[in-house]
Amino acid sequence: MELLTPGTGLIIWQLIVFVGLFLLLSKLAWKPIISSLKERETSIQEALSTAEKARLEMAQLKSDNEKLLKEAREERDKILHGAREAANRLKDEAQLEAKKAADRIIEDARAAINIEKQAALKEVKIQVAMFSLEVAEKLMKKNLADDKSQKELVEAYLKDIKVN
Amino acid sequence: MPEFDEHQTENQKEFNASEVIIHHVLDDHIWHLFDGHYGTIYLPVIVYSSEKGLDVFSSHHFYDEHHNVVEYNGYKLEHNHILLAGTEKAVLDLSITKNVAMLLINATLLILVFLAVAKGYKKNQGKAPSGIQSFFEPIIVFVRDEVVKPNIGHHYEKFLPYLLTLFFFILFGNLLGLLPGAGNLTGNIAVTVTLAALTFIITNVSGNKGYWSHIFWTPGVPLPLRLVILPVEILGLFTKPISLTIRLFVAITAGHIVMLSLICLTFIFGSIWVGFGSSLILLFISLIELLVAGIQAYVFTLFTSLYIGMAIADHDHH
Repeated sequence: MELLTPGTGLIIWQLIVFVGLFLLLSKLAWKPIISSLKERETSIQEALSTAEKARLEMAQLKSDNEKLLKEAREERDKILHGAREAANRLKDEAQLEAKKAADRIIEDARAAINIEKQAALKEVKIQVAMFSLEVAEKLMKKNLADDKSQKELVEAYLKDIKVN
Repeated sequence: MPEFDEHQTENQKEFNASEVIIHHVLDDHIWHLFDGHYGTIYLPVIVYSSEKGLDVFSSHHFYDEHHNVVEYNGYKLEHNHILLAGTEKAVLDLSITKNVAMLLINATLLILVFLAVAKGYKKNQGKAPSGIQSFFEPIIVFVRDEVVKPNIGHHYEKFLPYLLTLFFFILFGNLLGLLPGAGNLTGNIAVTVTLAALTFIITNVSGNKGYWSHIFWTPGVPLPLRLVILPVEILGLFTKPISLTIRLFVAITAGHIVMLSLICLTFIFGSIWVGFGSSLILLFISLIELLVAGIQAYVFTLFTSLYIGMAIADHDHH
């Protein structure tokens, strides 16, 4: 059947035209088309990966910032804590110092009082001795006739002493 | 679409549907578009024979004024074959037949279309595609990414130009063949066998050591089995291009025969109502044929990619 027998002429034409077509299209069409497609795909891919990289960098930056913030916060807390401690210490020291000073002042005052007291007592003793001497002198000056008059005299002198 | 020969419609002879149909799917030395004086294009005849050398003349000389076939210059046209009158010896017929004309139209169209597409890439460098470029880009990308790349693998780029040419040649040929009055180019076995032969050559030329060792000395198979496998493998070498040849030829020719048969129904029954009904079915079949045009181009390219992929695959894993 003729339908199934390939014609020689058509085979030859087909071969020539198809191979020619292939060579022509390869050079003038497929090559620029394929390379342009590839170029575009690479540029799109590059753009996408650049965007992804930027996104990652942003995330990195953000986490860095957060870390810094956290560190700063910790630093602040530490400083505050230290300051509070220092203040407390200073306060305690001041109190201690004040207490010491007060004690010393009290001690000094006590010592001074003692010294004054001793001095006063000494003065009193001297005065008592002087009075005694005066009384004795006055007694001896007067005639001590009787006991009654002696008694009167002593009492009178004693009165004088009281006035003084 | 119908283009009935004058001697059949005019003389009102008994209508022979199978003759009409076969005549339409076959190649011809004239291109009959419609009846009347200007309806027929007489294509050039180019013949070569050792006796008479090269001869070029119009096929018009084979027909007299009543459209009867006559001898010319010692050549005789018999069932579309040109013979030397007297000795009945066949000559080498390089005529621009209807299918050769279709082939040239197809090639011209492909060149015009894809040069325009390529120009688009030059014009829109680094920009979005436009016009005809954006129409064909998805198809080119489809062929590259869905047909060629998965089947061939890493080295696909070397074969991409051939496969793209093959795909679009078959696709355009199939679609042109559906036009009214057009020749049955991709449904001609000479065309499909040539394409299959090119695939066969490319496959076997690029075949690597692993491919050939698998054919001649399949590794990991006991010796007696190898003797069985060897002829099977060698047979397999040839069944691949044969299946390619027949698949495309049959799919396209069968489609044309179905459509022509539906048209012939009208003339067999001689009824306008049958014509109305068969036209409706014909419309449906035509849509299917559009689908088949794409599918057959895809399948031919797919199998070619598959065969090339098998020939250049790394067989190290065995």
